[in-house]
Formats: sequence, C-alpha cells, structure tokens
Amino acid sequence: MLITKPADIRPSEITSREIYFNRREFIRAGSIAGALCAAGPALSAIVPEGRREKLEDVGASAFSTDETPNSYEDITTYNNYYEFGTGKADPYQNAQDFEPRPWSITVEGHAEKTGTFHYEDFIKPFDLEERIYRMRCVEAWSMVIPWVGISLADVVKHVQPTSRAKYVAFETLHDPARMVGQKRRVLDWPYREGLTIAEATHPLTIFAVGVYGEVLPNQNGAPIRLVVPWKYGFKGIKGIVRMRFVERQPRTSWEMAAPREYGFYANVNPDVNHPRWSQARERRIGSSIFAGKQPTLMFNGYGEQVAHLYADLNLRKNF
Amino acid sequence: MDTLRQVRLVWKPIVFLLCLLPASLVVTDALEITGRLGANPIEAIQDRFGIWGLRFILITLAITPLRRITGWNWLVRFRRMFGLFTFFYILMHFLTWLILDQGLLLSAITEDIFERPFITIGFTALLLLVAMAVTSTDNMRRRLRRRWDKLHYGAYAVGVLGVWHYWWQVKLDAIDPFVYAVILAVLLTHRMWHYWQRRRMNP
Repeated sequence: MLITKPADIRPSEITSREIYFNRREFIRAGSIAGALCAAGPALSAIVPEGRREKLEDVGASAFSTDETPNSYEDITTYNNYYEFGTGKADPYQNAQDFEPRPWSITVEGHAEKTGTFHYEDFIKPFDLEERIYRMRCVEAWSMVIPWVGISLADVVKHVQPTSRAKYVAFETLHDPARMVGQKRRVLDWPYREGLTIAEATHPLTIFAVGVYGEVLPNQNGAPIRLVVPWKYGFKGIKGIVRMRFVERQPRTSWEMAAPREYGFYANVNPDVNHPRWSQARERRIGSSIFAGKQPTLMFNGYGEQVAHLYADLNLRKNF
Repeated sequence: MDTLRQVRLVWKPIVFLLCLLPASLVVTDALEITGRLGANPIEAIQDRFGIWGLRFILITLAITPLRRITGWNWLVRFRRMFGLFTFFYILMHFLTWLILDQGLLLSAITEDIFERPFITIGFTALLLLVAMAVTSTDNMRRRLRRRWDKLHYGAYAVGVLGVWHYWWQVKLDAIDPFVYAVILAVLLTHRMWHYWQRRRMNP
C-alpha cells in the first residue's frame, strides 16, 4: 500500500512561538469564558474529552496483527512505568495530572541534524500509522495493542546519523516533581534504553504517539515512546526526551539494575528463561481466568522479519 | 461468663469470621461487587492470598511475644486458629498458582518447583504447613508429645521461607518484603532474647 505524505505546511499556517507558549493562557481564558456561558457540569466533561484527543490521518499498516486487541481499559490501567510507581495500577493513578506538553526532544551524538526540537515539530515530517502489535512483558504476560506511531527508521533517516553511529541511546524525562516514582531510587534515573542502528531502522520499530487512534495516555508514555514488538516490553522506553547516536553499546536501565536478569538485547525468547521464572509461556491479559497460558513465540512471533538481525549472535549469552 | 468461656463462645467465632474476610473480598471483588481485580485477575488473586498467608504467619508468631509482654494468656487460645488460617491462605495461594496460573500443566509445575528457587522455597513452606495442619488436633498433640513441639517449631521456618519467597519474586522494588522481613526479625529476636534469658536463669 502506498501512503502518500501530506503536502508541506506553509509557514503562515504554523503557530508562532509566542502563541504556542502562551496557549495555556489562551485556553484558560477560553475555558473561563466557556464556563461562564455554559452550565457547571459541562466543565467537568471537558477534561476527559481533552485527554482523549483523536489523531487525524492515521494510515493502516501491513505489519498489524489480526489478533483481537486488548480493551482500552486493560491497556491503560495495567502498566509498568516506574516513573509513576512500581505497582501495575500506579501509573494509571499517578500520571493523571502529568502534563506532557510542552515537550522537547534532544537529538545528539553522531548525526547531522542534532539539536533540541519541539515535540510537534519533531514528529511533523512523518506519517502516522496504526500498528497493532503483540506486546510481551518480561514478567510473562502479553497484550495486543493498537499503537499509532511513526516509523523510527524514518526518524533516523531524517536526522542523518554518521557512519560512526552504531547504536541509539534513549532517555526518559527526569523530573521527580512531575514523576512521583522518581522520588525513590528504585532505578538509576533517568530511565535509559538503547538499540543497535539495525534494530532502530527496522521497519517494525516505531515511536508510538497514540493508542486506539487517540493521543497516547500519560500512563502509556506520553507524548512519545518506543515500541519494539519483538523485544520484551521494558525496551519500550516511555516519555522520551533524548536520543543520542553513539559508537558503543549504551548501558540500559534494567541491565544496570540486574545484569544477570536483563540484557541489552532482551529479545523475546521462550528458550532462555529469566533466572527466576520461565519465559516459555505467557498469560494473555484479558483472556478468561481459566484460559491458561499460551506458548511464547521466538521473537514474539516476529522472527520472519527480524531473525536475520541476530544470525551471528549467541542469543543465550546475549539475552 | 468467665474469660475462657467468653473467648470460646464470643471472641473465637468473631475472630474466625474476621479471618475469613480477606478471602471473601477476593470472591466479591472477582464478582465486581466490592471492587475489581484489574487487568490480570489471576495475579491479583494469587498475590492477595499469598500476602494474607504471610500476614497470618506473622500474626501467629506474634502471639507468644505479645502474651509475654502483656500477660494476656488468653491470647494463646487464638494461636492454632491463626496458624490454620496461615495454612488456608497459603493453600489457596498455591491452588491459584497450580490451577489458574499453571493450568495444571504437569511439566511446567515440576519445572517451576525444582528449577526456580523462589518457588522451591514457597513449596517447602507449604509442605511444612501441611505437616503442621494435619497434626494440629489435640489428639495428635498428645500422641506426638515432644516430637509435636519440634515439628511445630516449623512455624518459624515458614515465616523465614515466606518472606524469602516474597522477596525473591519481586522484580526490583523490595520495599514491601523489607517491611515484612523487619517485622519477622523483631519477632524472632524477641524469642531468642527470651530463650537466652531463661538459659541464664536456669543453667
């Protein structure tokens, strides 16, 4: 399927910096005016509506699975996002008031187009696609999630890494005042992740900015997160503020926390168990409590597309 | 009514019902009457039974220190009940794992028990609890005499294994198991201190 790019936006259409940074004032003024006109209850309805903003011009993708996606509720209430607490329901509860805008992303290291970009400018050149992917957590549960995202390969091509760039390192926002989970040092903040250039430019790898056709909820990593469907979920770093092109394999958060248990590659692999539990099977969230577990597939079922990346790698050693 | 009769006829039934409350809440949450179990109900059920088992073993182990400190000897009347509730909650925790989590798949069950240390530990604690539960009757106590006392020292082992099992299955954030470990350490220290005191007095 051919997905055409929308025509370039004329400069006159782009919101000026002043208006952009004053938009909160603008919205506040607007909502006060609105509140004065409308009845009280209308105001309370504005908040959830605003949070569940629809994304426009989302294309389909041949990479999507036809498995039934998990419910919006499952996807947004059962999360591992230690920045907002270590319990599965903590991110849902603690990220509600997080403001993911304004947001900026810094590109640095061995690339031509480095610098700090406003989130909106950063993603503007790329096409939004729906990617319905399996997500396998290292804790032996899985979901099917209809992400909306942009191809990371497109982003990488756009910023033009130099020949010295062998890996991409990512970092999450570090702001304990806004991310309550960072007040305790359960991980060495900020959260860090990394991919080889080949992994980062693989067509399956995306930066997700939405789910179910809507703007990404805070607890799922708003405004922008990584999704690498053949790897364990913890590789999918959330709330990204930095990507750095480097020569040497970057250190990653879970590897730093427990090197015997979590590796840099973290490819889904039913034959290599976690030292404390089996990875052979997984529980599909949302299935009946009597359904039992299902077998975990090599590379989470994406082996056909990605196995060649690891042809020369001992996956038992490089777990 | 004298204190012992009051304990037997009034307080024991009340405490018994209170001890059943966490289990009933699991059921009513599963039916979405009192709450919800969330996106991963099996994990929620298993965790809740497990944590209550751990709480009950600590309550059981707290009876004797409390009795010594307060002088409330009637407390000992509840010890067996708390011990049996420990067994009940841990058995439910085990059955949830066996039936709902592992789906009775024998290969996965044996692999987990023999190859995953934290499950080996948990399973050992369960076996100890079974042995103590079946010998918990007055009749068995009379028949086993001193061997009964030895066997039922297993309660300490269950406490240690239980906290260890909990600590080891946590992915990273060990703050909760740490709290349980501290409580257990306090209870065990009190006992050791008491033991030394007695040895000093009657060498």
